[in-house]
Amino acid sequence: MNVLYFAWVRQKVGRGEETVEHTSALRTVGDLAALLAARGGGYGEAFGDMARLRAAVNQVHAGLDATLAPGDEIAFFPPVTGG
Amino acid sequence: MSANVHIQAEDFDVGDEIEALTAELPQTGAVATFVGLVRGGDDLTALTLEHYPGMTEREIARIAEEARRRWALTGITIIHRVGRLTVGERIVLVAVASAHRANAFEACEFLMDYLKTRAPFWKQEERGGTVQWVEHRAADVAAAERWRKP
Repeated sequence: MNVLYFAWVRQKVGRGEETVEHTSALRTVGDLAALLAARGGGYGEAFGDMARLRAAVNQVHAGLDATLAPGDEIAFFPPVTGG
Repeated sequence: MSANVHIQAEDFDVGDEIEALTAELPQTGAVATFVGLVRGGDDLTALTLEHYPGMTEREIARIAEEARRRWALTGITIIHRVGRLTVGERIVLVAVASAHRANAFEACEFLMDYLKTRAPFWKQEERGGTVQWVEHRAADVAAAERWRKP
């Protein structure tokens, strides 16, 4: 799966994009967020409080309960502030 | 009718955009436009806008499609700039064409409210020497919520 980060999430994790292998343990967006948080460091900071984050799966807004499949594009970012 | 959606670093000319929007639409009797600018004050010198390429265009297209379903419109143009913009520069244009003004006014406001809460853009503010991400505002979320149908 391709995982993308934007705004301060990107800055905290220190990269804009990475590949994470889909496994049976990664059923939902929330599972992936927990895996990333467990890495600690900048990831721990970025994913420590999921209430501050939003997510998208395959470029559509998604909740933590959205299910994942191999090849998905998952993005994590703060609430949007455009306009 | 499909919406014209552009994400770009370059500035735009509001007059030219209105001309282009209405050129082939003789049934248009009204055009409502909203232009968002970089607001000065509190030592703000510039904004830098980041976006999610691909999802931004898709999300705006979805928002425009929703507007087209809810109001009788003849055309929509949405332009959103990205990159670094200084005080007074244009950020966003929403132009909505319809036969009569009520639909154009309402759809324009709807589109802006949804752009602010759904389209994946993020702003950073420069004040003096410091740079900070803008926090989202509860008022923007409330403004978008009021368009939800009971």
